[in-house]
Amino acid sequence: MARKFLCLSILLSIFWLGFSNPVQAAGDGESKTGFILPHVMDNYEWHFATIGHTHVTLHLPVIIYSPDQGLEFFLSSNFQNHETHKFGKDYGVGGYYIDENYKLFAADPSRTFIDFSITKNVSMMFIIIAVLLFLMLNSAKFYRKNPGSAPKGIASFIEPIVIFVRDEIALPNIGHKKYRKFTPYLLTLFFFIWVGNILGLFPEAANFTGNIALTFTLAIFTFVITNVNGNKDYWKHVFATPGVPVPLLLIIVPVEIIGLFTKPFALMVRLFVAITAGHIVILSFIALIFVFESMAVGVASTIMVVFINFIEILVATIQAYVFTLFSAMYIGLAVAEHDHH
Amino acid sequence: MGLITPGLGLIFWSALGFLIVLFLLTKYAWKPILAALDEREKSIDDALKSAEIARNEMSNLKAENERIIHEAKIERDSMLLKASEAAKQMIDEAKEKAHQEGAKMIENAKATIETEKLAAIEDIKVQVGILSLAVAEKLLKRNFSEDAAQQKLVEELVKDIKLN
Repeated sequence: MARKFLCLSILLSIFWLGFSNPVQAAGDGESKTGFILPHVMDNYEWHFATIGHTHVTLHLPVIIYSPDQGLEFFLSSNFQNHETHKFGKDYGVGGYYIDENYKLFAADPSRTFIDFSITKNVSMMFIIIAVLLFLMLNSAKFYRKNPGSAPKGIASFIEPIVIFVRDEIALPNIGHKKYRKFTPYLLTLFFFIWVGNILGLFPEAANFTGNIALTFTLAIFTFVITNVNGNKDYWKHVFATPGVPVPLLLIIVPVEIIGLFTKPFALMVRLFVAITAGHIVILSFIALIFVFESMAVGVASTIMVVFINFIEILVATIQAYVFTLFSAMYIGLAVAEHDHH
Repeated sequence: MGLITPGLGLIFWSALGFLIVLFLLTKYAWKPILAALDEREKSIDDALKSAEIARNEMSNLKAENERIIHEAKIERDSMLLKASEAAKQMIDEAKEKAHQEGAKMIENAKATIETEKLAAIEDIKVQVGILSLAVAEKLLKRNFSEDAAQQKLVEELVKDIKLN
């Protein structure tokens, strides 16, 4: 099956290379690779394809809050040229414009505003949430209807992962006294990141879990939960590390305080880098085809893209595991009860 | 919204989205699923434990049965031993008694025989005396004139004596 699929994808890529539009392929160097960064970043529209001169695009709502004008609603197509369908400084609406790099600005630079737009990533998040709720509520329904019986259907797919998160991530890192309290958070974290990573690998999907805003948010959640639940021992370790002479505390305490913030920072950067890098690698191999305009490179690139995609499926799972594992470890450190010292 | 600068809007939406997912899944998915898993694990544990208990009880019962059988055997053996001892004793006693009884009877018989014998001898003695006297009397009544006649007489007399 996999081999057939591989052969088919190679044949298809040869076919598309042979018949691809020479005008499109003969752009300047920037346009051949320029799609990579916009793809891994956020956008105000969800552009699927351009067939001839028709753009298959989902225009998304732009929601702006400013202290002076309150909440304002636009559609991303309002900010585009009606013929070229490109954003630019010249196509502003209501005192705002989106520039060529998909950034929202106020026409008057002195104004402050907050951008609450339903961007491509936010839309992607809604899809992820829908998939998550569908999977989990369906499997929960199974347990409600068949108490005490072995799992079937979606539940049999979800259950081993739930047990893995509970028994291999939550229990050993947090300890048997308190792990139950944090297991729902860790389960949500794992599945949110995992489903996000996997769905992000689909063609046309947005790079939601590789966006630093999301990884920042999740890291903040872990940071808050860790420090809100930190017990006396935890804070004593930070501000008065036991067994350390007073002069050394002057060095240790600042290091410990910095350590509080480096933990979530590492979480944030790790997930962002791993997922974004994967997307960039895949897109770079695709860009090679347009750069070289050669059939041999096309075939080789396609094989590489398929290969990297398999690796990315692995990375998607590993990163979800690692984020959850480290969250559990940080929470475990904060709630651990020390008998000694 | 640069590549490495988190956008405030996306932070807001992802925080909101994550919190909603966390709330919904915790309430409607994780708690029922984890509770069901705990319950199933508990029921499996209980089943295993009760099987273990049943197995122990079985082996206890078996040991108890064996003990009872063993005790019964010992009891039976001791009863048999006692019975045979008692029988032997009874036989011995009976033998002893019979022996004694027999000896006593023989003794009595012997004593009776002795007295009878003495009485008979006494009787014979008396009869002999009487006879002698009768002989003597007849002799004396005749004349001791002739020896031959005397001799004849004695013989006649002796013939007449009937030793009854």
